[in-house]
Amino acid sequence: MKATETEIKINNLNVFHGNHHTLKNINIEIPKQKITVILGSSGCGKTTLLKCLNRLTDLYSNIKVNGEIIINGEDILHSKEDITNIRRKMGLLSQMPYPLPMNIYNNIAYGLKISGRKKKKYLNKRVEYYLKQINLWEEVKDRLKDPASSLSLGQQQRLCLARGLTVDPNIILADEPTSALDPVSSNAIEELFLNLKQHYTTVLVTHTLRQAKRIADYVVFMYLGEIIEQGPADEFFNNPKMEKTKSYLRGTSN
Amino acid sequence: MMTKKTEENIFKVLMVLSTSIIICGFLLIMGSVLIKGLPTLSIEMLTEVPQGGYYFGKGGGILNAIVGSLYLSLGATFLAFIVALPVSLFMNVYLINKNKLLNVIRYLLDLLWGVPSIVYGAFGFIIMVYFGLRTSLLAGIITVALFVIPIMIRAMDEVFKTVPRGLIEVAFSLGSTKSETAFKVFFKQVIPSVVTAVLLSFGRAIGDAASILFTTGYTDSIPTSLLEPTATLPLAVFFQLSSPIPEVQNRAYASALVLILIILIISLLARIISNKNNLKKFNIKNAVNKRFIYYKNIRNNYNLSYKKRRKSQQ
Ligand SMILES: Nc1ncnc2c1ncn2[C@@H]1O[C@H](COP(=O)(O)OP(=O)(O)O)[C@@H](O)[C@H]1O
Ligand SMILES: [Mg+2]
Repeated sequence: MKATETEIKINNLNVFHGNHHTLKNINIEIPKQKITVILGSSGCGKTTLLKCLNRLTDLYSNIKVNGEIIINGEDILHSKEDITNIRRKMGLLSQMPYPLPMNIYNNIAYGLKISGRKKKKYLNKRVEYYLKQINLWEEVKDRLKDPASSLSLGQQQRLCLARGLTVDPNIILADEPTSALDPVSSNAIEELFLNLKQHYTTVLVTHTLRQAKRIADYVVFMYLGEIIEQGPADEFFNNPKMEKTKSYLRGTSN
Repeated sequence: MMTKKTEENIFKVLMVLSTSIIICGFLLIMGSVLIKGLPTLSIEMLTEVPQGGYYFGKGGGILNAIVGSLYLSLGATFLAFIVALPVSLFMNVYLINKNKLLNVIRYLLDLLWGVPSIVYGAFGFIIMVYFGLRTSLLAGIITVALFVIPIMIRAMDEVFKTVPRGLIEVAFSLGSTKSETAFKVFFKQVIPSVVTAVLLSFGRAIGDAASILFTTGYTDSIPTSLLEPTATLPLAVFFQLSSPIPEVQNRAYASALVLILIILIISLLARIISNKNNLKKFNIKNAVNKRFIYYKNIRNNYNLSYKKRRKSQQ
């Protein structure tokens, strides 16, 4: 087995919201085609970290981002490349499903269309392909023209995952994607992540320890904007080094 | 000492009083317009232009003013729309990360909203004189559009602001450009509120007299080009009411009745559309609430265990 390659390298990342130092000296090497779980209680900066990765931080006023995020040898924070191309390399799954205000078919086709694919036949094939990939095809194939908001939350979240895949990303960013879902839908999403992992580098934010244990290959534990400990999942869960990690693991597991 | 109960009663009386003042005011206005205008209102009034001597009580109608007002406010609303929609999209998609600038823009627009329409009329007049334009439909359309634009922008903006940030982020994260986000995603989400804003603005445009006082002129014929002057309903009311002849005065009330009816229909339409919109929003809100409650439960459980942990640490 070859040694794990690094997909994303974060160097000395610091983020300020006004005077609030939200992320402090973050250094992570996110391994390729593995599931990296970012763990920590709410408010510790997980969402902010994720938003730095595809520069959604650009959309906020009063925010300052310093440091480097290197993907494919290029620092995306200071890159001259078009930001839309950078974002297309990453699919985003947010805490709540935000289906686009259109029908199920077009939710999937949207990403293809804005990448310049317009042929009806091609679109039909790809829509089916992506819906099958997230096990939604059988459930929706007869109602592709219905608004996406008519689906259940769990279905919507799977649809959003598929929508993110249509722009052909290498990376999937997911921000507590199951926190609003019922257990069955959560499991479906987790399973999808495990299936997709051989093709995609996944960065998953969660504050449920059990979920992290089930699917993580690599774990980053954060507390109040700092990384307390990070490492391969086995090591992190079975042999934590820092006192804060130990008490965190104890606290949630008993 | 005032007890809770007397305090309560005082406020109750105040509330009932002010509510009745409003309702009475409305009924009085509607009543007097109806009593004086309705008997005079006839098919002839709605379908004919003034004949010679109309303003001394002879035959004819106010078709010139009805058509003129519709031309004027349709034109002005259209003109305002093609300015207001891009501006409000620009504010809410392109300037999403410029909070301070947005606050300034919104403040300025609110100021413009508050400027009395007679000032727009005077401004329109200055521009007309400058360009050597005569009083005309076009000059009126431009002036009323200027007056309506801030209203329309803010009406759209207030609803656009409520579009969840998550949706915008999702659009961007798919690699959409700003214009794709604005027109292909954001706009689709807000179409009902755009329609509402346009209808409300139309109501404002057709009802205003001061902004067209100097700019549209007045004529007894229906305008056949943008450069001709035109009659309008508010000014029809004004001129006829200034007449000493009671019959003509009653025609002013009939004209007012027509104007009120048009505005009523428009705002009813706006109401229906925005209610449909509200209905949808309500469903979304419900869904969000359900999610939120679910999420809160998880969070609470989590916090509980967190507190336990903290305790066990100490
Ligand atoms: N837009 C913002 N403006 C100001 N402060 C913010 C903003 N977003 C996040 N923060 C602050 O950054 C910290 C981390 O937030 P976040 O990344 O959302 O945490 P998490 O996702 O781990 O719950 C919080 O303390 C929050 O107050
Ligand atoms: Mg978060």
